Amino acid sequence: MAESILKVDGIIKSFGSVQVLKNISFTLEKGQVLAIIGSSGSGKTTLLRCLNFLETPDGGTITVDGKLLIDGAEHKKMTDSEIRANRLHFGLVFQSFNLFPQYTAFHNITLAPTLALKDEIKSKGLKGKAAIDYKAERMSQIESDALALLERVGLSEKRDSYPCELSGGQCQRVAIARALAMTPDILCFDEPTSALDPELTGEVLNVIRGLKSKDTTMVVVTHEMEFARGVADKVIFMANGVIEEEGTAEELFLNPKSPNLRAFLNKAKNK
Amino acid sequence: MSFGEITLDLLQNFAQNGLIFLLTLLGAIPLGLIITFGSMSKFVPLKYLTKTFVWVIRGTPLVLQLFVVMYVPGLVFNTPMSSRITAVLIAFIINYAAYFSEIYRGGIESIPKGQYEAGQVLGMTKRQIFTRIVLFQVVKRIVPPMGNEIITLVKDTSLARVIAYSEIIMAAERYTSKGLIWPLFYTAVFFLVFVGVLTLLFGYIEKKLDYYKG
Repeated sequence: MAESILKVDGIIKSFGSVQVLKNISFTLEKGQVLAIIGSSGSGKTTLLRCLNFLETPDGGTITVDGKLLIDGAEHKKMTDSEIRANRLHFGLVFQSFNLFPQYTAFHNITLAPTLALKDEIKSKGLKGKAAIDYKAERMSQIESDALALLERVGLSEKRDSYPCELSGGQCQRVAIARALAMTPDILCFDEPTSALDPELTGEVLNVIRGLKSKDTTMVVVTHEMEFARGVADKVIFMANGVIEEEGTAEELFLNPKSPNLRAFLNKAKNK
Repeated sequence: MSFGEITLDLLQNFAQNGLIFLLTLLGAIPLGLIITFGSMSKFVPLKYLTKTFVWVIRGTPLVLQLFVVMYVPGLVFNTPMSSRITAVLIAFIINYAAYFSEIYRGGIESIPKGQYEAGQVLGMTKRQIFTRIVLFQVVKRIVPPMGNEIITLVKDTSLARVIAYSEIIMAAERYTSKGLIWPLFYTAVFFLVFVGVLTLLFGYIEKKLDYYKG
């Protein structure tokens, strides 16, 4: 069996005296889609934020492609630039999009790669004409990549629109393209459709479905049970900070074992 | 003296108000940002030191601060202020920087946490997040309160006369002491025209920044 691309082992996280993640462990293979379901307050979002270095776990490890990225016990020793390098293994699409309002859709996508390019030129010590040539070559790559990404999320004609001129669904699709532009190993979604009107969720879920391929590994925290069932290779049900049940979509949705999951699925169905 | 002569005299003195106005802005706008970083610092002693400083500056009259800057160096440290304009500028710049710093802080703190997080997960440095994402949004949000404060500054420049720095009101009072009262009221016209131009300018800036919402 192939080495897991993502290995999460024994993650613990507390906020004050409340332990929100109690020993979370799971693995994910390359190209798989993991759906994390569970009621509000079960720790799903905190887990995702730990993966993206937005929260620091108190204990446990996160390994990507055999490389240890986070060791909860040792975290304090990491420098800013180490954290930045490590977090780029992950991408994150937020519930509330968090697009940069002053930039166009296109510029939202190219901003981070452009800044990374500047750092790269500096760290390589390129100067003068060499730096200009390299920059020009890479910039045209960044721009054509951004156009390709806009096309992939079906928004080519919106490249010059500002976020305030886009619908919620379109904003979220730009946000997905923006995350993909940094070519993360694992793309995370934090309830990507929860802030959308019901009629707009479909277009976003379709884009996410369309991303599924042997190279794209995704972790999706979602309340959309039909979507989770249709797209996920693996499903985790969280309750009160623990993984209460995990398995394939079939196993969890057709044959839930724990009473909590059964109650949760019934509630979701009756919504 | 004719109306024209008095107008010219007042205008020449109003140039001093304009000078104080311009140099105060040049000094206070960047100094305010430094004070903001101090008052938002995670280093607690610096944070409280800065906050105390802002409290003292905002908590005492600008007139009093002008007197302190003008006379305390001479009285206490035996090194008299070299010129009146220096004293005026030191007092004005510090005073306005304190107010600006609070406007900046309000603007910075009003930017949603999600903007910082979006920058972080894309691998940006703290500096990049501030300069490329946050700063511009802050500028847009603080234009109205800054406009307010800057208009106040136009009129405050007249306080320079308390340490005998000649400006338009002081010039008008020279006529009053000779029994001519109308030049004093006439100074209002100069302020109104100046503030009118600034109002138009700020309206223009707001419009320019209105190409996006949020």
